[in-house]
Amino acid sequence: MSILKNVTIGQYYPGDSVVHRLDPRTKLVLSFAFIIVLFLVNGFLPYLWLAALVMVVAQIARVPLKIMLRGLSPLKFIIALTFLLHLFTTRGGTVLWQLGFLRIESNGLAQGAFLAFRLILLVVATSLLTLTTSPIALTDGLERILSPGARFGLPAHELAMMMTIALRFIPTLIEEADKIMRAQLARGADFESGGLIKRAKSLLPLLVPLFVSAFRRADELAMAMEARAYRGGKHRTRLKVLKYTAKDFWAYFLAALAFGIAYFLGRWV
Amino acid sequence: MSAIIRMEGVSFSYNSDDPQQTQALQGVSLSIEPGEFVAIVGRNGSGKSTLAKHINAILTPTSGEVWVDGISTKDTDSVFAIRQIAGMVFQNPDNQIVATIVEEDVAFGPENLGIPSDEIRRRIDEALSLVRMSDYALHPPHLLSGGQKQRVAIAGVLAMHPKILILDESTAMLDPLGRQEVMETALRLNRERGMTVVLITHHMDEAVRAERVIVLDRGRVVLDGSTREVFSQVDLLRQLGLDVPQVTSLAQLLREQGLNLQPDVLTVGEMVEQLCQLL
Repeated sequence: MSILKNVTIGQYYPGDSVVHRLDPRTKLVLSFAFIIVLFLVNGFLPYLWLAALVMVVAQIARVPLKIMLRGLSPLKFIIALTFLLHLFTTRGGTVLWQLGFLRIESNGLAQGAFLAFRLILLVVATSLLTLTTSPIALTDGLERILSPGARFGLPAHELAMMMTIALRFIPTLIEEADKIMRAQLARGADFESGGLIKRAKSLLPLLVPLFVSAFRRADELAMAMEARAYRGGKHRTRLKVLKYTAKDFWAYFLAALAFGIAYFLGRWV
Repeated sequence: MSAIIRMEGVSFSYNSDDPQQTQALQGVSLSIEPGEFVAIVGRNGSGKSTLAKHINAILTPTSGEVWVDGISTKDTDSVFAIRQIAGMVFQNPDNQIVATIVEEDVAFGPENLGIPSDEIRRRIDEALSLVRMSDYALHPPHLLSGGQKQRVAIAGVLAMHPKILILDESTAMLDPLGRQEVMETALRLNRERGMTVVLITHHMDEAVRAERVIVLDRGRVVLDGSTREVFSQVDLLRQLGLDVPQVTSLAQLLREQGLNLQPDVLTVGEMVEQLCQLL
């Protein structure tokens, strides 16, 4: 019996498409640009265009639609709430439906649908980034993008190192939590019954040893890193040097074009 | 100065306010030649891990001095040079692997040394093939067995091109198979590459395979000699709370029963030979 084994780390969907092989910096920058465009433009037409864009990229990346939409499920309540709040509170246009003090006007319907659409696009587009980029590549990309900030005191290397170590230790700590849990189940602990508070309380004897051990691990890891001549990001070289290739320039070019079209659709149509 | 590791009058206490109570090392002097395979044994708290950490400047002596390849560990500017010369593998394989992919972890040391990336690539391939882990270059480390993880850790050290390999109880958390893997790797590196190996262990069956054994007790060197010399002192070792290799212990029992065996039998093969001669 394994309680925690089906915890997934990240949501990388391995593949070998052009999208997968793009430089992580390209994908990070373009995802960020996409979010900005999403907030800059208004209107259903440009949003349909952006949605089509996301679908085309997903097709090229060969990520199944079902997996793309999986990222939405933790957010379905927020999306529904956004829609309903705007549906009932935004005034203007013709009255579509009324029951007592509840009233839906046409502007509310449009606004609710529009904002829900925006949230969905936001989530789907960013999950396309994490689906096609491994966590390590993401970390590397982030380190390189942030590294100019190091001159102004931004700890780019340190942040990336922390992320790498966190990723490295998640499976180790899950395994350990599992072991502690089983040891305590064997001695009659009960993690599964009772209300929320009771269950949270029963996790305490799990968390205490887990934390103690995490600190011990951190201590040993720091020593092992020092023993391997680690001294922060200075003078450090990398095994894999990120290099832009022709496909990255094409991606930037096509994205600029697509974002431009979205902007004009929002302006003039 | 030909010794690759030289310690003179090294004392160390973890708590410098109260030196009497916590002296982990007390006036340790020893020297190790290039290419030696030395086992350092002693029971818990004898100071053997503390001693190991002095070799790559993780700890520096409270008094006395340590030279590694002619460089004093007191010289703070040379700390990273020393850590490149003396690579250390620790006890818990999970707590010394930094990266999420085997080859990235092996690259960690060379990356810290500022080595160009094509040279790092070459060193990774070399180091992984030395520990026979080339097939696992792209595996995530948490899916490997304990012995495999320790071999990756050894590869990570080898990629820095050290002259000394220190195994600080690196086999203590492994199953017998994993221990065997790590020992074979260390022995092979010593034999084929002339690597100086310092093996910290409390498994006497591992220490037997070294050329030389240093026994520590309460921070002092009690015995220092060839493996055969050290393990012939069965009574003293027992008195120090240490095990004796099974075969040696059997030889002693047989001698007590009046069989004319040499006191320094170390391996099963030797035992068989001696018994055959008696027959």
